[in-house]
Amino acid sequence: MSEISQAHPEYNYKIVRQFAVMTVIWGIVGMAIGVFIAAQLYWPALNFDIPYLTFSRLRPLHTNAVIFAFGGCALFATSYYVVQRTSQVRLFSDKLASFTFWGWQAVIVAAAITLPLGLTSTKEYAELEWPIDILITLVWVAYAINFFGTIIVRKVSHIYVANWFFGGFIMTVAVLHIGNSMAVPVSFTKSYSLYGGAVDAMMQWWYGHNAVGFFLTAGFLGMMYYFVPKQAGRPVYSYRLSVIHFWALVSLYIWAGPHHLHYTALPDWTQSLGMVMSVILFVPSWGGMINGIMTLSGAWHKLRTDPILRFLIVSLSFYGMSTFEGPMMAIKTVNALSHYTDWTIGHVHSGALGWVAMVSIGSLYHLFPILFNKPSMYSTRLVNVHFWLATIGVVLYIVAMWMSGVLQGLMWRAVNADGTLTYSFVESLEASKPFYFMRMVGGVFVVAGMLVMAYNVYKTIRTPRESFAAEPQAQAA
Amino acid sequence: MSSFWSIWITVITLGTILGCYLLLRWCLLNKTGIEEGDNMHHSFDGIVEINNPLPRWWTIMFYMVIVWGLIYLALYPGLGNWEGLWKWKSSNQNVQSLAESREATKRGFEEGYLVEYDRQMKFAEERFDPIFAEYAKVPVTELVNDAEAIKVGQRLFLQNCSQCHGSDARGQRGFPNLTDNDWLYGGSPEKIKETLLNGRSGMMPGWLDAFGEQGIEEIVAYALSLSGRQVDEQLKNAGEARFAACAACHGADGKGNQMLGAPNLTDNIWLYGASHKDVTETLKYGRNGVMPSFKDRLSEDKIHVVATYVYSLSQDK
Repeated sequence: MSEISQAHPEYNYKIVRQFAVMTVIWGIVGMAIGVFIAAQLYWPALNFDIPYLTFSRLRPLHTNAVIFAFGGCALFATSYYVVQRTSQVRLFSDKLASFTFWGWQAVIVAAAITLPLGLTSTKEYAELEWPIDILITLVWVAYAINFFGTIIVRKVSHIYVANWFFGGFIMTVAVLHIGNSMAVPVSFTKSYSLYGGAVDAMMQWWYGHNAVGFFLTAGFLGMMYYFVPKQAGRPVYSYRLSVIHFWALVSLYIWAGPHHLHYTALPDWTQSLGMVMSVILFVPSWGGMINGIMTLSGAWHKLRTDPILRFLIVSLSFYGMSTFEGPMMAIKTVNALSHYTDWTIGHVHSGALGWVAMVSIGSLYHLFPILFNKPSMYSTRLVNVHFWLATIGVVLYIVAMWMSGVLQGLMWRAVNADGTLTYSFVESLEASKPFYFMRMVGGVFVVAGMLVMAYNVYKTIRTPRESFAAEPQAQAA
Repeated sequence: MSSFWSIWITVITLGTILGCYLLLRWCLLNKTGIEEGDNMHHSFDGIVEINNPLPRWWTIMFYMVIVWGLIYLALYPGLGNWEGLWKWKSSNQNVQSLAESREATKRGFEEGYLVEYDRQMKFAEERFDPIFAEYAKVPVTELVNDAEAIKVGQRLFLQNCSQCHGSDARGQRGFPNLTDNDWLYGGSPEKIKETLLNGRSGMMPGWLDAFGEQGIEEIVAYALSLSGRQVDEQLKNAGEARFAACAACHGADGKGNQMLGAPNLTDNIWLYGASHKDVTETLKYGRNGVMPSFKDRLSEDKIHVVATYVYSLSQDK
């Protein structure tokens, strides 16, 4: 059993606190925008004919906000925390840490201003224009120096597996961001990609899928490898499984991009490689899921009393489901049905809401009491309420998009006896409408959960330590 | 691609897959120096790791996907210039013109390539062309009474034309309504087919340089008056004097000219908007309308059926 680690005064918790609080705030903002544009798909009039509120401009704002603002802040917070705790040393540089915080917030605010104005490089998940891209690069380099600097000055002989994943994520995202964002500026707010045609598309999805693979997966696996054993109070199931999980995952993910471009002008050989590597990737991904879930061996009973652990374990289940679904959708035959449909949106959200958001939320609930020196969260009951809101919301969302997506795919390929298509596009859109409503309801659940979290976090921070005794907690450390 | 890149791709691809295999073997052998089930003798912030073996079912699954991956790469293109044992291609990817494409299709069948697109097209042609050949034997004016043919035509329309002309064929700004009796290039079956086969390119020049702001204002007044709109009498008269320039295409009476695709200005149907502002913009800067040619996208027989559907739309009016 691990002993309770006391808050070490020499650790830099300030930076972790800053990023942790912003994670909750940006989470609410990003997800609320998501619900708003989901409502627009059901009630198109909700853009009020104002260009800044159109779906086309708010959609990239939503994706940027949830991936880079919410997810990014969660990654900064947890990686800064984990690298200090598992290296037994304070961050390499407090100044650089502070720069990454303010720099990253500046990037987010710049995104929130430029995207509604319609300033965009048009590259999915990399829409921000070149001056912001440069700021991102500077922040990221500072982050890398700080993270690896801390690893270098660590006080333990080995590097913990969580830090392999954080390190892999930081390094690869730097390469991806710089590689894909190369552009020729024509003015302060406009640039053109350095690449053209199919090469541009390939660069974009090499970046795009690895934004998923490294930003949204490897980084959050780092989180998983620390917070799951910590919250469960159990040892990591298999060291060797974590070795193969890490190395196979990073070497295979980088190939997976072309599966976004099946049946396009991309050369056949590239499509084949993307598909083969994506399918092989399924197995190491599941290795990670097994490693996380089996870490609970001997502690399953804790799920009954600990909603934080429930968040973490359900997130692993969604990780397993998404990493089965993804490789399956990367198979060309399946892709022929799923491509361009809502199934893709459903898949992304089972990963983003089910895996990424849930593991982050679970980790944050573990973190907040420690960061603010409180015995526990203000209300475990509200954590549980959040858990159910999030779970119901995600399930509603995914199921709606599965049904809508498969329906679209089947309608688009339906052919009459004379070879003409059975349905026009508009008919498939009409068929999807009820599911768009269902998806929006799912989103409302998720946002409601985040608001409950914000209240709980606020009360945790504000309530004096002594008052916590009122609510008895079975807090396993 | 050059043989350097071909080898490069092959080496890193097989290297990655082989690397996964060796990693798996290495992890199975337990070279950690620590007994299975024991912990790793290091602890991070209180977290220890156990040296548990890899799950057997998972290991078998890993072997299976690796073998499957290698088989796939043997059968299909993937390893650089390797074409795959099945000689499968999604399409003839390097062609740069329609002529080259046709040549490549022919060659593909001759040399036994499995070109997916060409095979599906051939299958579709063999199966569906006879249906359309039957329709093509019946003149449009008769086929229009065949409810089934109209349905087929409508589906082709929804698939190919509705993007611009709308699902109900009523058009939108810049794209003509096909359900009224107003035709830019003529509404006879022959003319509709001609439009579909060869496309149309409508060009209204801009007149700002020639007439200036004041001149434009005057012509707009006159043009609007042609369809009975209330306008300033003085402006209208001045515009009428300038209308000779317009009459070259739109005719002295403003009723248009279907030979040129010049619209009738007297019927209050406005392709680019009826407001004073819209018409002023049309006159100042001109308009360019393009109807693409469909002769390389749909067979002539299919165009015959689409034309019948389009023709049917304005028949009961």
